[in-house]
Amino acid sequence: MSQQVVVSDKKPVVKDTSWRKIVSLDNRFIPPVFITLILLVGNLSYGILESWKKTLLAIAASMIAELVLGRIFLGKWPHPASAYITGISVGILLRSPAYWPFALCGLTSITSKYVLRWKGHHIWNPSNFGISVLLFLAGDTVASLSIQWGNFLPPMIIIWILGSLIMLRARRFNITATYVLSFLLFSLVRTWITGNPWLSEVSPLTGPEYQLYIFFMITDPKTTVRNKWAQCLVAFCIAFVEMILRLNQVVYAPFYALFLVGPIATVTELWLQSRRGLRSATA
Amino acid sequence: MKRGPLARAILAVFFIGLLITPLVIRRVSARKRIDATTLDRHASLRRHGFHLQEMSHAAGIDFVHSAPSLDPKLERIMPQVASMGASVSIVDFDRDGWSDIYVTNSGEGSRNCLYRNQHDGTFKDVAGAMGVADVNQISTGVSMAAVWGDYDNDGYEDLLLLKWGRPELFHNDGGHGFTRVSDQVGLPKWLNANTANWFDYDGDGRLDLFIGGYYSENFDLWHLDTTRIMPDSFEYAKNGGRKYLFHNLGNGRFEEVSEKVGISSRRWALASSSADLRGTGHPDLFVANDYGVSELYINDGQRFHERGEQTGVGFAPKSGMNVAFGDVLNQGKLSVYVSNISEEGVLIQGNNLWVPKDGSSSETIRFENLARDLGVELGGWSFGAQFGDLNNDGSLDLYLTNGYVSLDRDRSYWYDFSRVAGGNSTIIGDARNWPAMDKRSLSGYQRKHVWLNDGAGKFVDVAQSVGVNDTYDGRAVAFADLWNRGVLDVVVANQRGPLLLYKNTVSPENEWIEFELEGTRSNRSAIGARVTLYWNGQKQVQEVSGGSGFSAQNQRRIHFGLGKAAVIEKAVIRWPSGKLQELDKPSPNQLHNVKETQ
Repeated sequence: MSQQVVVSDKKPVVKDTSWRKIVSLDNRFIPPVFITLILLVGNLSYGILESWKKTLLAIAASMIAELVLGRIFLGKWPHPASAYITGISVGILLRSPAYWPFALCGLTSITSKYVLRWKGHHIWNPSNFGISVLLFLAGDTVASLSIQWGNFLPPMIIIWILGSLIMLRARRFNITATYVLSFLLFSLVRTWITGNPWLSEVSPLTGPEYQLYIFFMITDPKTTVRNKWAQCLVAFCIAFVEMILRLNQVVYAPFYALFLVGPIATVTELWLQSRRGLRSATA
Repeated sequence: MKRGPLARAILAVFFIGLLITPLVIRRVSARKRIDATTLDRHASLRRHGFHLQEMSHAAGIDFVHSAPSLDPKLERIMPQVASMGASVSIVDFDRDGWSDIYVTNSGEGSRNCLYRNQHDGTFKDVAGAMGVADVNQISTGVSMAAVWGDYDNDGYEDLLLLKWGRPELFHNDGGHGFTRVSDQVGLPKWLNANTANWFDYDGDGRLDLFIGGYYSENFDLWHLDTTRIMPDSFEYAKNGGRKYLFHNLGNGRFEEVSEKVGISSRRWALASSSADLRGTGHPDLFVANDYGVSELYINDGQRFHERGEQTGVGFAPKSGMNVAFGDVLNQGKLSVYVSNISEEGVLIQGNNLWVPKDGSSSETIRFENLARDLGVELGGWSFGAQFGDLNNDGSLDLYLTNGYVSLDRDRSYWYDFSRVAGGNSTIIGDARNWPAMDKRSLSGYQRKHVWLNDGAGKFVDVAQSVGVNDTYDGRAVAFADLWNRGVLDVVVANQRGPLLLYKNTVSPENEWIEFELEGTRSNRSAIGARVTLYWNGQKQVQEVSGGSGFSAQNQRRIHFGLGKAAVIEKAVIRWPSGKLQELDKPSPNQLHNVKETQ
């Protein structure tokens, strides 16, 4: 949920009129604007944040880390939108009475981009990495967003519609749709195995955590594969691993599923690309 | 990556440092906050100045709480629904100068107990003889809590018994028995409530009564037509029971005035208490709600105004289960302790210690949560808590009990609980959608917390080392000087567990003083009277309470610890009538009986 900046693989050819320039928003800014809107509406209506300070701390830590590390290791000032999304994601998804986890998670997320790399690409979704690490290592202080947002239907519908529209525009709706359908399918499997009411298995999908997860985290362009069908396959695999984790009663199953599947998919794609490149070079 | 291997190595080290930071912080915090050493009595006295010994059986108390069996439609999650009802309240019902104990039971056909103090270290259950035992029936509901207040100012404390069912008011007939007067005073026919407290909100000298509902009063939990009884949100639920305020009209009559005076809410109230938080002379009402934000009703003497969000206490929704007031920093200001849920790896709400901000006036009072800073934040699935000076060192300590459902030790219901709790209201609100608990525990077998205040703004958990090592599903905590020794003993009511009586032994060099107040112009119970004690260059404020904690009530008597070589300057009593009464240099180490001057 952090690198939702490069949006479209193939940019549509559009006549570049001045009016269009004015009313259109740079694609890089759409996810940040959307997530900021979610934050504002969620907090003003339901008080989803325990404090603004913590969210601002996460944003500041992420952006400073990105600027400093980008300047040092890439030799340029990176665009701040990506780090902004990372910070705001951490600020929303992480819950803790303490301040330090927000700063630490922002720093860890961004630093992971510069450390955990393969063939010049970072392989983990930064905020997924940071949040998963914090949830795993600091479970006594940190939890994830799970129950805020009112549990009511209207805000959920609005976020689903807006999120879907943005994913359609970003040409990544296939990922979201595949994941949701897979989740529903696997919830039936889980019901069959556990005997729990089906609605209880579907329940997480109707919560706020998933709204952010399916629209921002699993669709991250920098850490998802390029081919559309491969994207669908990866989304299916994430849902499958999540099912396995859920059957083992892992509370943070979605984060850990993406943490496990995401890098494997990215590395596999990079490996296949390098093989193809090698083959065409020898040919 | 443009930088060379050295820069990348430094970055890698930095990254590893980030990864191990949580582990380091966890280790350091654990060291600071918990003294887990088990000590014998003498070592505990030397190190902490007190020791608690569980001795209910020796004191003649063998009470075990039983939970209700509600409508079979709730069977799959029955342990979770029927998870409350163990309560304890302290009262001197016969005015013999010794604290007695009233304990509620909740199984259908079970009996409540009124333990009369025998003055010899033991107690005798007289509830049956007094007519306040056989009160738990399917037709009229089962007990949840009890609070005592002398509503008719006859000098004897009367009993308000809260139930999931028909609430009851028992008039105390001179300490010789009780008469049921529920119908005469106009109490509701049925409600599902867990919290009530007595206070004189309008200063007319008569005790009024607040009751906060939990489940909607429309449900008879033994005969349900629907399974849609659960909260419609885990944090924003507004489909709970209504709140009531009964204005005491005198002559044994009450008028329900909640809407009229500005109290209107259907949040799921679990705890409430009143105190003058703003120094206006009018008692404010603090309500801790489950599945939502707390509410602070500020009182202008005639009406209430809900100011939770503005004052800071009602912004972040949690699972409020306790309201206790204490001047934790000896600044002459009351802070509020609200307990919530913290379960490692699942949900970290953290308990709240709301401390008034410096510079706050009565009009603009703001609170900040200092629970983390002071070290009283994480208490598991927290329920009842009370402030009191357990070692008589001059600073208020905090006792917290906890634990929700202790069944199978090796299987947890948390995963299923968190899965449903995060879902849409249509899912969470229907008990049919909740996975069966199947004898699994939910935050069970938890260690209790006895946080010792070091007087410098830090609390250290010493529960294990001072003798508190039970792991029952604790609900209510009450403090009382049960044997008139100048120390606070602790009584803990456990759900489906025994009533625990921790006898306190305190280092003898620490001094104390106690005040037994009796109102004349004010309500006779003196509920709402505020005592400010000045000694050794410091001061502390305490108020007489008509119910605090979770389903609990401390002794009416006010107890101050003084530390060593105490020189008391004065005690200033502000009565609910507004009258100020000053006691010059009251002697330490004794109980002072004080009657409001005319």
